[in-house]
Amino acid sequence: MTSSMLPVVRTCPYQPPAEHVRLRESEPVARVTLPSGSSVWALSRLEDIRTMLTDPRFSSDRQHPGFPQFFSGQRPTGKFGRSLIGMDPPEHGPARRAVVGEFTVRRMAALRPRIQQIVDEHIDAMLAGPRPADLVQALSLPIPSLVICELLGVPYADHEFFQRYSGQLLSRTASTEQRTTAIVELRSYLQDLVARRQEAPGDDLISRQIAQATERGDRTADDVVNLGFLLLVAGHETTANMISLGVMTLLDHPAQLAAMVADQSITPLAVEELLRYFTIAEFATSRVAKENIEIGGVLIRAGEGVIALGTAANRDPAAFVNGDDLDLSRGARHHVAFGFGAHQCLGQNLARMELQIVFDTLFRRIPGLRLAGSVDALPFKDDAVVYGLYDLPVTWDAPAE
Amino acid sequence: MRVVADTQRCVGAGQCVLTDPTTFDQNDEDGTVVILRDEPQDPQTSARVREAVHLCPNQALSIVE
Ligand code: HEM
Ligand code: SF4
Repeated sequence: MTSSMLPVVRTCPYQPPAEHVRLRESEPVARVTLPSGSSVWALSRLEDIRTMLTDPRFSSDRQHPGFPQFFSGQRPTGKFGRSLIGMDPPEHGPARRAVVGEFTVRRMAALRPRIQQIVDEHIDAMLAGPRPADLVQALSLPIPSLVICELLGVPYADHEFFQRYSGQLLSRTASTEQRTTAIVELRSYLQDLVARRQEAPGDDLISRQIAQATERGDRTADDVVNLGFLLLVAGHETTANMISLGVMTLLDHPAQLAAMVADQSITPLAVEELLRYFTIAEFATSRVAKENIEIGGVLIRAGEGVIALGTAANRDPAAFVNGDDLDLSRGARHHVAFGFGAHQCLGQNLARMELQIVFDTLFRRIPGLRLAGSVDALPFKDDAVVYGLYDLPVTWDAPAE
Repeated sequence: MRVVADTQRCVGAGQCVLTDPTTFDQNDEDGTVVILRDEPQDPQTSARVREAVHLCPNQALSIVE
């Protein structure tokens, strides 16, 4: 069996890397070499990916030597601590159930007014500033970070600190040292917040996790810190990138945007379609085989890594009609943009709501919003694990005096 | 037809609630699925319930004919 080098770069921002599509059509379970030099199996059909992600014999243990590593030096050093995303059964189920009650569809709906307020304030600030504006700095980065502050119960006075370091963690221009500082600062901030909530509980996720851990005696304060950090890392950049890519795509498809603005019941369907279309976090759904397992007629041996090419699978003709077309009213939710199986995104209903509120509010409040350049010239995150945009210059008409 | 849930397998993703809130709800405590009405009353609901079974990420829902 040959092992082809897997190019991860998308040559067109709207299309999966060409090699992903070729694999789906001709070699759905293929041996590939990642940019890091390691060889893994790549799955590219939706059904095979769903099968793999629901099979507990594939492990999420990110410390395992066989776990797929995209870029060299990417393996977590342990500073993130043990967290949900890297757990397997029987540990994962109880750990997930201990927190998933915070993310139910009903809980998320209760956050809606506060998120609306955050979105409105940031649009106000953007409108008050110069044109063109960078939408990434004005909306995409601050909104999800403030929503996580809200969820965790970070007091208002600390928002600026939290925003500064969560921004620094994601900044393209930050040095490795600055990123490390950001991690250290955020972790020690969360440690301090957990200690404060142990003394004086509030009405927030951290306080409820502490109360539950104390009652059950099954987790330490450090586990609560790790969870808070995971929520920040998993929920900030992903949502930010989807806001940027979504706004870009909507502005670049004016007829479909007009239909969405005219009928707000389309927005949730449009969000789903944009998630499917971009599948920004396909590298999150990697696993390592714990036993010999056959997938799609191919034997994967214990210890071998597997990646799921969600960008290709989310356009699999066996599962989506004209999957390469962007159809904002499609509303298909059987994509794997949030993964599948026991680890399917914990924050998915929060992310859906944030995206819906941003899209509904932005285009209603600024009808003349447009891209300040061409899509081809935009700086895409071709070199990153999560796909997105580094900046998105937009402009609008000056308000009539 | 009747829909049954295996709450041990449920991972609280809420796909079922998004698909048919008249049939599915989530427990506030641990996010697991709660079946409000296990026998769909009309063909539209039956179709949505089947869709929910297909969307459930961890095979926690099944249909008994
Ligand atoms: C559009 C935005 C988002 C995308 C595309 C996304 C994508 C994903 C994917 C693909 C996974 C599966 C990883 C795996 O299979 O190992 C995942 C898991 C996870 N996501 Fe998200 N996510 C988003 C937003 C969020 C938000 C807003 C939060 C929380 C505030 C969040 C928290 C998590 C957590 C905690 C997990 C791990 C769950 C587990 O292991 O049981 N995500 N996400
Ligand atoms: S879709 Fe499945 S896993 Fe998610 S809440 Fe419903 S039953 Fe549970």
